[in-house]
Amino acid sequence: MARIHSQSSERPTVDSIRSVADAVRRRVLEHTLTNNGGYLSQACSSAEILATLYLRVMRLGPSDASSIPKPFAGVPGADNPDAFTGAGYNGPKGPDFDRFIFSPVHYALVLYSLLIELGRLDPNALDAFNRDGSTVDLIGAEHSPGHEVTAGSLGQAISQAGGIALARRLRGDSGRVWVFMSDGEFQEGQTWEAFAALAYHGLGNIGVYVDANAQQCDGPMDSVMCIEPLGDRLRAFGAEVHEVDGHDPDALAAPAESMAERDRPLVVIARTDPCRGIERLRERAPKLHYVRFKSETEFETYRTLLNQMREGIR
Amino acid sequence: MLSADLTASCEADGFRDAYPERFFSMGMAEQNMMGFAAGLAREGLFPFIHTFAVFVTRRPFDQVAMSIAYPNLPVRLIGFLPGITTAGGVTHQAIDDVALMRILPNMSVLECGDATDVESVLDVAQAVNGPVYVRMLRGEVPRLFDAGEPMVLGRARVLGEGRDLTVLSSGICTEEAMRAIQALRGQGLSIAHLHVSTLKPFEDPAIEAAIAGARLGVVTMENHGIIGGLGSVVAELMAEKGLGGRLIRIGLRDTYAHGASRRYLMREYGLDAMALVRAAEDLTSTQFDLTEEALSRVRLETMSRIDKTEDL
Repeated sequence: MARIHSQSSERPTVDSIRSVADAVRRRVLEHTLTNNGGYLSQACSSAEILATLYLRVMRLGPSDASSIPKPFAGVPGADNPDAFTGAGYNGPKGPDFDRFIFSPVHYALVLYSLLIELGRLDPNALDAFNRDGSTVDLIGAEHSPGHEVTAGSLGQAISQAGGIALARRLRGDSGRVWVFMSDGEFQEGQTWEAFAALAYHGLGNIGVYVDANAQQCDGPMDSVMCIEPLGDRLRAFGAEVHEVDGHDPDALAAPAESMAERDRPLVVIARTDPCRGIERLRERAPKLHYVRFKSETEFETYRTLLNQMREGIR
Repeated sequence: MLSADLTASCEADGFRDAYPERFFSMGMAEQNMMGFAAGLAREGLFPFIHTFAVFVTRRPFDQVAMSIAYPNLPVRLIGFLPGITTAGGVTHQAIDDVALMRILPNMSVLECGDATDVESVLDVAQAVNGPVYVRMLRGEVPRLFDAGEPMVLGRARVLGEGRDLTVLSSGICTEEAMRAIQALRGQGLSIAHLHVSTLKPFEDPAIEAAIAGARLGVVTMENHGIIGGLGSVVAELMAEKGLGGRLIRIGLRDTYAHGASRRYLMREYGLDAMALVRAAEDLTSTQFDLTEEALSRVRLETMSRIDKTEDL
């Protein structure tokens, strides 16, 4: 806990990133049990990607937001000066700091859990999860911890990140813009409009990490609408593409660690396993999008599993 | 300025040539363009988008709603070819754009009716803390209003006062209304006429007073469907304020249009001066001896506001 990362701090080891990712899985499983439902498979697939982004890739300052999330202050509007975004949990904005744009906001529980493990959010913050009047939303909103833009209509965040990246280039900022996306978003036409624009305008200050878990709401993506070969498609659109093992922190971080000036968007396609770390989930495939335990037996099974996962770290 | 391949068509090529470093071509991809504008606005810039009104409001509606309107970002959306001002047919005729933008929280909606409106609308939009949709005109635009009297946010232009009827017109329909009203006054009718350029917010006390003062009824006249635009706003106001009396809404009556000239379509769909004469006949239960020839002979002078102190 409380491993606040900044550029000056020592580079976290692969083991420490893995242990944060495992802790995220445990927290999300615990929450799924407590609340009888959760985006659990998303934690399994994305835990290392998000942990690597926060611990190795992004240059972020310490959180400047309240450790206990503030209550909802109303929707943004000309007559509501109190409205806020959750970007403060990713540190202050500044020319040299990176920015994090979180696109598939149904992964919110995973992000909250990570922010807790990193000490950016209070361990009790999840008490407010999905509670009326709270900002710790079930589907993350721009006021939710770690969130900055309205992104729940999938495929919209990448364009907004593009506008932010363009503004930062016009301003001469050295900080980059990192976007976390899900692979399902590549079914949206807007995503491809965005990549065309990023490449055309030579925006090399933007990097996209894709959780390619090959799952979507209706089931496996190749049974719903195939997006492959994703790497070739993105290269054809002018992006620099790396396809890596999405559970290997070194492999995930490597493409971002080159300091060479880019004139095109960077995409890291992280091939992931939606059951990683919780093998038991595999019996539920292909229904993995939103996990809800049905019988008391099943609850007991996962409770036992959670205890084993906890013991494993001692 | 962000552009979606209709730069010269929207007369934005002058800006592009004068300020190339502030002009960004986004291609025919309006959904993405809305997101880029949102991102630029979040960084403190003031993005101006222009394309045809249908491609601002209909095609990327979710992007405008979620990326721009929800966060109340100062993006200025300039939509050209309102209503039946184009022969481009149903794909190019924005007959529902006011309705679509008006229902979005945080969005302000402006419409131009003449050259003076066109010249001043960007300053009006720029003063708004939030997103603004502008129904813009291009090409040859008549000057109906004194060039020294710019558009004012939330204030209709009071073009005439009267006791029998109140006419509220917007956009290109104002010129038609002026023509008909001049002829109807010659028939002894007393008509109040207000040109509405701010469709949202709709809180002008002068409009409310004009409606309340109309003895026989109110007519709205707009280059848009009668559902969701000026006619609907006025109906809502009359109902909520308990302003009695009849309302006739001139506009496209729950129908699409088709590709033809503006003059032809205004007549076919009843958006022209004669449509207002017919509405006046209905409300006054009188037949006026006015022909299309008589209406087209009406000479229009550039109008000044009736009551400058109130309008400013």
